[in-house]
Parts: sequence; C-alpha cells; structure tokens
Amino acid sequence: MRYGGPLAFEVSLLTFGTLTMPGQSAATVRRQVAASPLTEQVLSWGRYPKTAHRHVHKPAWNDQVADILRAAAPGSLLPYGLGRSYGDSCLNAGRELIDCRRLNRILGFDESTGVLRCESGVSLSDILDVFVPKGWYLPVTPGTRFVTIGGAIANDVHGKNHHCAGTFGAHVRQIGLHRSSDGLVICNSEENSDMMRATIGGLGLTGVIAWADIQLKRVAGPWIDSESIPFESLTTFLDLSRESDDRFEYTVAWLDCFAGKHPRGIFFRGNHAVKRGKEFHPKRGPKLPFALPAWMLNRYSVKAFNTAYYKIHAAKKSAAVVPYDSFFYPLDSIRQWNLLYGKQGFLQYQCVIPETNVAAVEELLDRIARSGLGSFLGVLKQFGSVPPAGMLSFPRPGLTIALDFAMRGERTLKLMQSLDELVQQSGGAIYPAKDARMSPALFDVSFPRWRGFVPYIDPKMSSSFWRRVTGAQ
Amino acid sequence: MITMRKIIILGATSGIALEVQRLLAREGRELLLVARSPQRLTEIQADLAARGAQQVLTYSADLASVQQHAGIFEFARRAFLDFDTVLLAYGSMHEQKDSETSVDTLLEELQVNFVSATAILTLFAADLERRRTGCLAAITSVAGDRGRRSNYVYGSSKGALSLFLQGLRSRLHPAGVRVITIKPGPVQTPMTDHLPNSARFANPEQVARDIVRALERRSPDVLYTPKFWRYVMSAVQHIPETIFKRLSF
Repeated sequence: MRYGGPLAFEVSLLTFGTLTMPGQSAATVRRQVAASPLTEQVLSWGRYPKTAHRHVHKPAWNDQVADILRAAAPGSLLPYGLGRSYGDSCLNAGRELIDCRRLNRILGFDESTGVLRCESGVSLSDILDVFVPKGWYLPVTPGTRFVTIGGAIANDVHGKNHHCAGTFGAHVRQIGLHRSSDGLVICNSEENSDMMRATIGGLGLTGVIAWADIQLKRVAGPWIDSESIPFESLTTFLDLSRESDDRFEYTVAWLDCFAGKHPRGIFFRGNHAVKRGKEFHPKRGPKLPFALPAWMLNRYSVKAFNTAYYKIHAAKKSAAVVPYDSFFYPLDSIRQWNLLYGKQGFLQYQCVIPETNVAAVEELLDRIARSGLGSFLGVLKQFGSVPPAGMLSFPRPGLTIALDFAMRGERTLKLMQSLDELVQQSGGAIYPAKDARMSPALFDVSFPRWRGFVPYIDPKMSSSFWRRVTGAQ
Repeated sequence: MITMRKIIILGATSGIALEVQRLLAREGRELLLVARSPQRLTEIQADLAARGAQQVLTYSADLASVQQHAGIFEFARRAFLDFDTVLLAYGSMHEQKDSETSVDTLLEELQVNFVSATAILTLFAADLERRRTGCLAAITSVAGDRGRRSNYVYGSSKGALSLFLQGLRSRLHPAGVRVITIKPGPVQTPMTDHLPNSARFANPEQVARDIVRALERRSPDVLYTPKFWRYVMSAVQHIPETIFKRLSF
C-alpha cells in the first residue's frame, strides 16, 4: 500500500514540530547543517557500502546552489542525482550531499539544431518522454533511463553505440558550472575548454552543473530494428562484433558467466527503425517491494536462470522490430531490481581489457566461473577507438565486461582482487562509477591523468570514492 | 468531464504547484503563472512550454501583498481571456514557537495564508460568478481540521481558509462555479524538508495527480490527498476536547 502505515505513524506525522522555511541565505544553510545529526543514510545502487551523511541539501532552484556552496566547509560537498552509481563515487560518507533531483527543468530546445538545454537533475527518462514523440533521441544512453544529466556527464557514461558515437560527454556542447570560488562558469570548446574536459567524467568533483547543452539525435520513431544471435566462444563474439560495427549503430552481448573460458551468450545489435511498428505504449513494470533473502540467489538458481535465458533467446526469432524501451532498458522494467541481491547489497565489476589481450579476458571469465559467485547480469561490449571526451573517462579501446556479484563479504572481495590483478597486468581499467573497492595503486596506473585533474577540483567538493583511491582528505 | 483549458496558478513556484503544472502542461493546457521571482518564473515557463503546454504566461507579484492583487487580476482579464480555473497554491509555514513569541510572525502567517488568500479569491470569485462558469480551488491543509499544540497558528490560518471556501462554495453553487478545498497531508516539498520523518511524507507527484483529477471532475468538493487522511482526520476530529487538550501533538 503506497500510503500505508499504521494509524499511529500517520498521527505522529501531525507533529509539525520544527518547521523552517526553505534555506535562502548562506547563514540559514549553515544553521541547517549544524542542526542535522549524522544519520542521513543515502545508498548507491549497489546498496554497498552503507554510509551515513551529515546533511543532504535539496535545492529546488539554481539560485540556491550558490548559497549552499558559499556556506560549505572545504571538501564537504558532493552533488547527487538518482544514485545509480553502483559503488561510492556518488557518496560522501560523514559529509554532505547536494541532491540535485529538484533541479529538473528543461530550459530550452532548438528545433533546428536539436540542442537541448536543461538543468542537471533532469533524468534521461524525462528527456525520452518529452522528445521521443517529437522525433529526437539521446545521442548516447546507458542501460538505464533513470540517471540524471548531471550523472551522465560526471561519469561520462557510454552505451551500446560507443563504437560509433563515443561517450555521452562527446555530445555535450556547453556546461554552466557552479563553482564555489568563481560563481557560474560557462564551459565549452572555446571558453574554459579544460574545465569542460575535467567536468566530463569528473565524478561531480569540479562543481555543481547548473545546466548543460546536449546535442540530441534525429530518429524516425520509437522503434528499433533488432537482431539477436547466440554465440559460444569469445572469438565468435569478436567476429560478430567486428562484422556488425559498420552496419549497426548499437551492439552489446549478454554473457553467461558460468560457461568459463568459452563463454556462451547472446549478441544483440540494432538500428533505429525507419518503418513504424505497432502502436507504442510505454509501460511501467512491477516493482521489487523489499530486499530478497540472500539464499535465494545461489549458484544453482542463477545457473538455471542463465541456461533458460540462453535457450529462450537462442530459440527465438532473431530479427524483430521492438520498442526502444525493451531494447535499451530491459532491466528498468523491474523497478528496484537491486533489491534482488538482499540486504547486503552487491558489487558490480566492470573493467575494460585491451583487445590484444583476449587471453586475459578468457582467464578473467574462467576465474569467475570457477568461483561460482557470478550472477546473471553479465554484459560484454567492444568499445570503439573514439578519443575520450573527459580527463578521467573510463572507455578506451578494448573489451568491456560488466558482472554483478552479491556481496558475500571476504569471498567476494578476494575474487574481485584476483580479477584486478588480471586487469592491471593487461593494461586495463576499472569503471569508477561501478566501483566500491579498487586499490589506489590500480586507480593510479589505469587513470594516470588523475594528478592533472586535481587542480580542477572545486575546493568545497570531495567524495568517498576520491578519498579512497587518492588518499585525499 | 468539465471544461478546464485555461488555468491560473497563484503561487506557481511552490512544491506542489510545480508538479501540478507539469501534469497540466503534458495535457496541453494553457497556464498563467503568478509568483514572486521573475527569474524562477522564466525557468518554469521554459520547462512547461517544452513539456507541451499550449501557452504559458507569467506575472511576477507578491501575493501576500493585497495591494498587488488588482494588478494580477487585471492582467489575467486582459491577457488570459476567458480563464476557467484558478488554483491557489501558495502558503507559508513558520516555526510554531516563533509565532508564539512574536506577534509580527503570527500576523504575517495569517496575512499570507488567510487574509491575502481570501482577498484574491474574492476578486476571482466575482468574475467567475458573473460569467457563470469555472472552478476555484485552493490548497489548505489537514492541519486546519483541528487546532493542535504543535502547530495551531499554521493550522488555524489554513482552517479559516477552509471555512471561507465552504461558504464561498455555497454562494457560487447557484452560478455553477465549483469551489474545491484541497487538504494535503504532509508532502515532500521544500516547505517540509526539515521535519522529522520527511522521507516518509507523500510524494508531490502523487498529490498533484489527485489535484488534477479533482479539477477535471465534478466531485469532490473537499479533496484529502493522499486519500487516507480523510479517515485519519475524521478520527482526530472526534477525540473529545478534554482528552485532546492533554495530547502533545
């Protein structure tokens, strides 16, 4: 029941004890923070780690952000969106967050060029709802529509079209950035272009994005011409991927992580459809109401799921015209699917390994299969060679693998450490947006440009992730 | 279904109004937004236009100041011809303690929530009554259903407004003008962020959906949103005063 709860609780809501008006000045903001106990628990999508925050600011207007920045102590703030980062890159344990979700206005759209200006808390979902009916689509989209524009920029997210379109950041034309020291800074390819490259993939550390100009892409409609092809080895996958790169805008594969060195999976590829399909009805799926008990996900249930998933797709008709929703965002149809992994939460492991090192990829998959810890949401994609849009962008030429692991304590962390070794030896990298545990050493070798990024960090900003991997205070 | 095409929102930057406006924009309605900050009005104007509103006009004024009401009303009559719905969505909530120790704070709360609200509703009521059409709706609060130790100043200002709407409804009924009293429970908006338990308050989108549905239909006269508050408040109203005065909430 949506409004449920015992009568006693509802009556207790009547206790309007300590009301204040929304913070308008820096002094008010300071008072609010001082009054707030260290108890605001905010979780990332993986629900690990569990962190308490001092205060969560919720500005409703861009003019309030400047007050929040002015009132803050050095290194105390981090912007937060829809919390879809998996690990601790969107958290700021023991300090403060700026929840940007109320900054969700579309400020303008140029029909002739397709450039959209919107505030940082606007979600991709919102943009799709408004612009797909007008014949426009996101230039790059991750596997969920429930991320904000601010988050998409801060993590320089990628999608199934990385091989031809690069990352999200490559389609950002301009950013208005609140900086604690300089006020609103306009960044584009001519003005403050270095601050622009720092902000793209900058993990929210360079300031609070007030608004951004995004280049949307013309499409004929909400339909995707999609194909699915089963494969039973890494070389078949690579052949499929290479052969599809020129002809298909979108490519990705689902991977059965229990198959070991010779992984089987389903290769998906697609293009925006020119012809119309049936009537289009976006629908909202069921919602997982609470965290499942941990024992329900074990190697047998997951193995059974994976086998069934593979067999069903292998048997299905391979080509079809499908709505964009089911092609791009299959997991969004189960709201709060992260609760599937129980109270302990889960970790996602996403790495990229250079293509020259296929043996390392095989070894990685073998270790996962032998551990029996892997889960059903395995994804495999070949990145393209488009140069990175941001200083700390994750995508680089190679194979990227993403896998979920239920958090089972030491066992899980040990396995991931052994995978880290392979990634490091092969010259790969781990995706910060998915990470809650990589070592400072691995971060240092896989993101060698991080020291050059440091001068662009806003002195009022910090994050759990940043302190963990760089030792910053 | 009844006609709802051109809607005036008084207090367009309030948390609940923002959500109501988005729903109306998606349905392609025409809107006239009244609020204090011209900058914020420009921002929501752009947003609502992008989301499908057929027309979005803005007028910047301080609704708490009765002297500015004539200007608002004249603008609406001139630039927003034949408007059919007026939604009053502004309000103020000071700390109860401040209103107990400062008469100025007390009077300001009553001025914003009751005095100015009745003044502007009276202007629009006369116009709709003369045209024998339309709907007046105002957001009051469940807090107005019973005076309580912890927030009787806010409660009485909203309760008085509910009472005013009751009489106005009866007066306008023969002219076919509807009057809707909207009584939300606590909602997650900037006004309530600092209350304990605010994370469990109602979602403003849900409240906005209830409000838009009420505007579009013939009933009800009094909307509780979320709906369960109707039953909770009915129970609260029936507690005898001898017991109630001893309760601390």
